[in-house]
Amino acid sequence: MKKAFSSIFLFVVAAFLYAPIVLVIVYSFSGNSNFTFTDGINFDAYLSIFTSDKTPKLLEALRNTMLIAVISSVISTILGTVSAIGIYYLNKRSRRVVESINQLPMINSEMVMAVSLMIFFVTFTFPEGYLRLIIAHVSFCTPYVVLSVMPKLEQMDPNIYEAALDLGAGPVRAMTTVVVPILTPGIISGFVMAFTISMDDFIITEINKGATTGIETLSTYIYHDARVQGLEPFWFAVFSIIFVVVLAILLFVNLHKVRKEQEEVKV
Amino acid sequence: MKKLTLSRKVFSYPYILFMLLFVVTPLVLILVNAFIVDGKIDFSNFVDYFGNPANMNVLTLSIEVGVITTLLCLLIGYPTAYLLSKMNAGKLLVLIFIMPMWVNFLLRTLATKTIFEALGVQLGIGTVIAGMVYNYLPMMILPLHTTISGIDKSYIEAAGDLGASPLRVFTRVVVPMSMTGIISGITMVFIPTISTFAISQLLSNSSIYLFGDSIQLKFDQGMYGVGSVMSIVMLVLVLLSNFIINKVSGRDNQNRSTLL
Repeated sequence: MKKAFSSIFLFVVAAFLYAPIVLVIVYSFSGNSNFTFTDGINFDAYLSIFTSDKTPKLLEALRNTMLIAVISSVISTILGTVSAIGIYYLNKRSRRVVESINQLPMINSEMVMAVSLMIFFVTFTFPEGYLRLIIAHVSFCTPYVVLSVMPKLEQMDPNIYEAALDLGAGPVRAMTTVVVPILTPGIISGFVMAFTISMDDFIITEINKGATTGIETLSTYIYHDARVQGLEPFWFAVFSIIFVVVLAILLFVNLHKVRKEQEEVKV
Repeated sequence: MKKLTLSRKVFSYPYILFMLLFVVTPLVLILVNAFIVDGKIDFSNFVDYFGNPANMNVLTLSIEVGVITTLLCLLIGYPTAYLLSKMNAGKLLVLIFIMPMWVNFLLRTLATKTIFEALGVQLGIGTVIAGMVYNYLPMMILPLHTTISGIDKSYIEAAGDLGASPLRVFTRVVVPMSMTGIISGITMVFIPTISTFAISQLLSNSSIYLFGDSIQLKFDQGMYGVGSVMSIVMLVLVLLSNFIINKVSGRDNQNRSTLL
């Protein structure tokens, strides 16, 4: 009885979280946007992707999102990994100061970060466009890379680096062939995190993209289009595709991770 | 040997420089914009902001919405995290509750808006709060689940063996031991709720503007001084809550939420 009650509770909460997603997917097959099946089941919404004049703009936005995410997450990963190694060897006091500043973009409200960067770019007249966006994205992605590389550094046996030097490797060679491979799991998870955060960002991009550049990412384009006209069937179809792709990737990655963990426990 | 450690420290310098330039300087500029008017230290921006009843109304409304949203998230999120931690498959099941977080929040908010409209629900404060709870519930469940499932089961068993009723075990053992998770969950819901952009506009047909939206509006209208004062208010809230988290998690330094 008690068990049944807790299952029901969990089911209701999950239903609340998934209802909007599921409903949009179901009614993407209705061809209209008023949540009825008056025209029966059809694929009009999906077919409109091929004909709509929004599609080129959507693809352009998708391209921008990817471009910004790839460039900023690569820069963040390199910057974050290199600096994590450096921070690890700072003395205790400077390390604490640097780590606190590193935390700032993560704990700070996104809105405050967005406007502070905007004031900065305006004050020092940075050119509007990709440069501003990439700097902004690197500044909020890198802390996550630093934070995911740091535990791997702490787990690493410090003697390994010294051993490599004793065996005749130069400092650079010891770093690239011994230290970096040990850090790889942390670097990869940092990169993935940086990439997803950059791709998902809305507030900072919206405020720093500049009014005249016409640069739109997926989030900002959705906001500007759907805010005015509401959701057209076109968006139902696009949402459904995005939902399904994102959830499939997440499910695949997480199931894979859990299974691997379970195997490790067994061993 | 000494020279070597020195050379590795150097790796952190480019990033330190980057942070000073793009994280610290922008925040300093916020302070400069708020306090300096025409080259002199001046509190007129503060007077402008705090002296205007309309601004104060937005601030109080935002805090009200923030408090209600946070309480609802805690009320729904705590039992969810607790029940999940008692299940064998809880680690896998918690993913189901967190996954929606990775779907872009605008997509989800617009989906909720469309559903409210189709159901004929009047868009207003109620729908704004529902949308906020919907958006930030996973942020509450995640840290709570991390701390609750980290509690050593033998404490709970020991309390039961010593004669405490299940309710007493819950209120005297489980809740105090999950305080870190509760506080970090509260911050992770409260701060974004009051400072977010777009959700309240979208779910109220632009009739309700919360604190985050009005910061954006002030900067949009070129009122950098007043906007900076508002950013400082937000910054103070952020630092205050972070201070409380550090205090609490320093006291029982068992398992800090993996997200922070």
